Amino acid sequence: MRNILLIFALIFSTSGMLLAQDHDHADHSDDATHQEESHEAHDDHEHGTAAHDEHSDHAEHGDHEHGHCFCDSGHAEEGFIVSETAFHHIGDANAFHVWGDLYIPLPCILYAPDHGWNVMMASKFDMGGHGNGALAIDRYVIVHGGVMRIEDESFPMGEVAIECIGHEIDEEGSEHPIVGYNGNCYQLESKSTLDQGVFGGGITSYYDFSITKNVFTMLLVFVLLLWMFTSVAKAYKKRRGQAPRGMQGLMEPVILFIQDEVAKPFLGAKYGRYLPFLLSIFFFILGLNLIGQVPFFPGSANVTGNLGVTFVLALFTFFVVNFSGNKHYWEHVFWMPGVPAWVKTILTPVEFLGLFIKPFTLMLRLFANITAGHIVIISFVGLIFIFGNSGESVGGSTVGVLASVPLTMFMMAIELLVAFIQAFVFTLLAASYIGAAIEEPHH
Amino acid sequence: MGGSITAIGLALAAIGAGIGIGQIGGRAMDAIARQPEAVGDIRANMILTAALVEGAALIAMVLAYIL
Repeated sequence: MRNILLIFALIFSTSGMLLAQDHDHADHSDDATHQEESHEAHDDHEHGTAAHDEHSDHAEHGDHEHGHCFCDSGHAEEGFIVSETAFHHIGDANAFHVWGDLYIPLPCILYAPDHGWNVMMASKFDMGGHGNGALAIDRYVIVHGGVMRIEDESFPMGEVAIECIGHEIDEEGSEHPIVGYNGNCYQLESKSTLDQGVFGGGITSYYDFSITKNVFTMLLVFVLLLWMFTSVAKAYKKRRGQAPRGMQGLMEPVILFIQDEVAKPFLGAKYGRYLPFLLSIFFFILGLNLIGQVPFFPGSANVTGNLGVTFVLALFTFFVVNFSGNKHYWEHVFWMPGVPAWVKTILTPVEFLGLFIKPFTLMLRLFANITAGHIVIISFVGLIFIFGNSGESVGGSTVGVLASVPLTMFMMAIELLVAFIQAFVFTLLAASYIGAAIEEPHH
Repeated sequence: MGGSITAIGLALAAIGAGIGIGQIGGRAMDAIARQPEAVGDIRANMILTAALVEGAALIAMVLAYIL
C-alpha cells in the first residue's frame, strides 16, 4: 500500500514530489545493497542477460551446488513494472507496511510436521525495503511481507543471516523468489494459503496459521460489528417505543432496507429465518470493502479481494441454500416436471452444475470487482513512476502526478460505490438463491 | 499475463458483458422513464440481472486465465 500512501502525501503536501524521489532512491539503494551482498559483485545492467542464463541453468539442473547466486536479475534492467507492484500490493502479508522500512509486525504462527510450531512476531525477520527479511528463522524467510519456507532441507535451522532475496525466471517464464545464502541459491516453497493452492501453488510442507493483514482486518471488522450490533440491540431494549438515537439512526435504515428490499420480496413469509444470515453477510462484506479502501494502517488489507475469503462466504451461502431446499426444489433440479424425458437428460446435468456455478460466481464476482478496483488504483498511482522514469525525471513525475491524482480520486469514488453495490449484490443473490430453494409450489 | 490469447479472451468476455449490461441498463432507464413510480423494483431487478450477466463474463474470464 506504499504507493497509495504516497498518493495521499501527494494530495495533502506540496513536498510530495520530493517524497516520490526519496522513495525511488531508497529502492535503488536497496538493489545496490543486494548486489554488494551477493557473493560475486557484478554490474547488473551490463551482465543482465548473463545472469539470466545462469539462472535458467540453475533451474534446469534443479540444484544449487555449482556456483554463485545472483539475486537481482529480472527487476533492475526493466525498471518499474506496474503489474508486479500491483500484485504485491493486493496480496496478503504478515506485517502492515507504514513507510519506508517501518512495519507494524503481526504474529506469525507456523507449523511444519517435520519441525513443529514456530510462533513469533514478523519483526523478528528484520524486514527491510520491499518487505524482505534479512534473517531466515528455521528455514522460514519473509518475502514481500509474506512468510515462505526454503525448500532445501540442508539449509541450516535457527536464525541465519541470508545474503539476498531475489527472483529467478523458470523455463515457463514465470518468476519465483529465491534466497541467496553462502553463495548458493535456494528455492522457496509456495505460500501456504488457500488461493495460492487453488491456482497452482500446490501442497506445502508447512502450514501457515499466521494472523496476517487479512486475518487481522477480519477480526477487527468482526469486533466492530459485534460492538455496533450489540449496542444497537441494547438500545432497542432499553428505549422501547422511543425514537432511534445515535448508532440506531445509522443502522436502522440499512437493516430495514435489507429486510424490505432484499429479504421480503425473495423469501416471502419465511424471511425472518434467513434475515440474520443475510444481514451478517451484508455488513461483513460491506465492512471489509470499506476498510479495504483505507490506504493506511487499520485498512490496507485486500480482504474481500482474496479468493479464500470469498470462497468461504460463498460456501456458507451454498450450505444455507441447499440445506433449506425443499422437495419441490430438488425435484426441479433432478427431475424437472412438465418437460419431455429426453429434455430431462440434458436439463438434469445442467441444473446439477448450476448448484455449484451459483456460489462459484458469487465467489468470483466479489473477488474480481474488489481486486480489479484495487489494481486500477495502483496502476494509476504507478503512472507517476512510469512518467517519472522511476524517479529520474522530475518533469515526468510532475506530469504523472497531474494525470494520476484526478484519475485515482475518481477511481476511489467509483470503488466506494462498488463497495456498497457488491455487498448488496452478494446479499441479493444469496436471498434469491435461498428464495428459489424454499419456494412452495403454487398450483 | 502479458500479451497473449488470454488477453483476447479477457477482452471478448469484457465486450460481451459490456453489451449485455448496457442493454439491461438502457432498458431499465426506458422503464423508469415510463413508470417513475416503479423505480425501486426496476432498480433491484436491474442489479440482479446485471449481476447474472456479469457472472457469465466472470466464468469466461476465469476460464481464459486457467486454460
